[in-house]
Amino acid sequence: MKRIILGLFIAFPFALLAQTANKATAANPNFAKGKAVFTQYCMPCHQVDGGGVQGLNPPLIKTTYVLGDQKRLINILLKGLNQEIEIDGDIYANPMPAVNFLTDQQVADVLSYVRNSFGNKASIITPAQVKIVRAAK
Amino acid sequence: MKKKILNQFLIFAFATLTAGGFYAFSGGFSNEITPFKADADNAGLKLPAGFGATKIADKIGRARHLVITNDGSVYVKLMRVEGGKGILYLTDKDKDGKYETETAFGDYGGTGITIKNGYLYASSDSEVFRYKLDANEQVMDVDHPEKIITGLKAGRQHQTKSIILDNDGNVYVNIGAPSNSCQTSDRGLESAGIADCPLLDSAGGIWQFKANQLNQTYKDGIRYATGLRNVVGLDWNSQNNTLFVMQHGRDNLNSSWPKLYDTKQSAELPAETMYMIKKGDNAGWPYVYYDPYQNKKILAPEYGGDGKIGTDNKYIDPVVAFPAHMAPNGLLFYTGNMFPEKYKNGAFVAFHGSWNRAPEKQAGYFVVFVPFKDGKPNGKWEVFADNFSGLADVMVPRDAEHRPCGLAQAADGSIYVTDDVKGSVYRIGYNAN
Repeated sequence: MKRIILGLFIAFPFALLAQTANKATAANPNFAKGKAVFTQYCMPCHQVDGGGVQGLNPPLIKTTYVLGDQKRLINILLKGLNQEIEIDGDIYANPMPAVNFLTDQQVADVLSYVRNSFGNKASIITPAQVKIVRAAK
Repeated sequence: MKKKILNQFLIFAFATLTAGGFYAFSGGFSNEITPFKADADNAGLKLPAGFGATKIADKIGRARHLVITNDGSVYVKLMRVEGGKGILYLTDKDKDGKYETETAFGDYGGTGITIKNGYLYASSDSEVFRYKLDANEQVMDVDHPEKIITGLKAGRQHQTKSIILDNDGNVYVNIGAPSNSCQTSDRGLESAGIADCPLLDSAGGIWQFKANQLNQTYKDGIRYATGLRNVVGLDWNSQNNTLFVMQHGRDNLNSSWPKLYDTKQSAELPAETMYMIKKGDNAGWPYVYYDPYQNKKILAPEYGGDGKIGTDNKYIDPVVAFPAHMAPNGLLFYTGNMFPEKYKNGAFVAFHGSWNRAPEKQAGYFVVFVPFKDGKPNGKWEVFADNFSGLADVMVPRDAEHRPCGLAQAADGSIYVTDDVKGSVYRIGYNAN
């Protein structure tokens, strides 16, 4: 009996968390799906903590590229980025390939996840925004 | 009688040497290297028994390759200029084992630096310069180097130029390929390789130039070896009079080819490779990579490979295959007398440390030793100096406190290692307290 009660105490907060996550799903975008996209396509270079690699792959932590102009950010995913960029005095060498095979929803999910992870806090990106930028070419 | 004279001579010689030794020890000779003395904590490094380390300089900038003069002074090349200068001349005039920056010169960042036959050679990412040295191996005119090579391609990736000279008046320059695997969309998803990779005409190999000719460009040089994605560590092996290079193997097998490679395979493939290079050699990039588990060259997925298909033998095999992605940035053949016999003529390799193993833990961030005999590897490689990162496991590169990069040997047989994160310079010696 004691064990069951203890189990309930442990399970209860998780149930709450799950509910919160589900609520996020109902709205858009979906952080959990965004994290999955990040892990598959972004993490190999930008690293599990979004910290990047000195001189090679730029960090995603509190940079203007991530937190600033949303259209520019969406375009980095849709068109890739192959130009010199400088962040906090460091220059990053590796090109980023376009990931335009991602759906509008996936782009919105992963960007919203990145803009609210690794110490970032910024507004979400919606699939509708991505759709407009993609259509503009 | 003859014997007596000889004895007297020997006694005299011994006395002179002993006195000289004491004099040097007391700091009398400014032109002798400071006797090696390890820091109490070996500068945080883990080393084999009998070895010690001292940090001779710190926070000097992005320290890349370095070279030690006969008196133990250090020229170090900075990847990015500090205060407008890209070469530091470090000396230890007070002989306390800690070096000071005596002069800074050269208004360009870069990686390569070496000394040969009375000249200091240094590279930017597109040019190679040389400076005449005086009898004390000090640069005579820091402001007016001779520009010996110019107009080399420098992409945004693999842009650095490493340099080494042979004993016949030639300088060898690495020109890295500005690409991961010559794909139509670099590092893109399932993007095919460009046929007859055009990058190889001007990059992805080692070029040979004359050491004493001014303003040489591609047309004056020889593409000495091709099919090398990017080389940072290289050295001339004087035992068999041959160039050896360390290639940085390709990245992104999983993120570009998820149907062929999972994340673990991507973390462990391909090998980082050491090649013995002869004129005309082709190491196979971007068409093949070396698989250290199948022990063979594998056709790259960009060129129709599936992770298993091998390839013909027009490409050379590595002489050593190391674990993937560890980023070999320094290579040094040890010719000194300070270390035990097994180290003589063997190779030290500084592995800067991986990033392309995520989500697996990263690898490298150490200096390894490869025993050699008669110019060929002779036995398994082993970790020599470890714990540059300050961590048991490196999960993300930015957590590593230091990352080893350049290697150089001093006249007394101690070796020096740079770190291009915090700008530390280490000196490693044997059996001295």
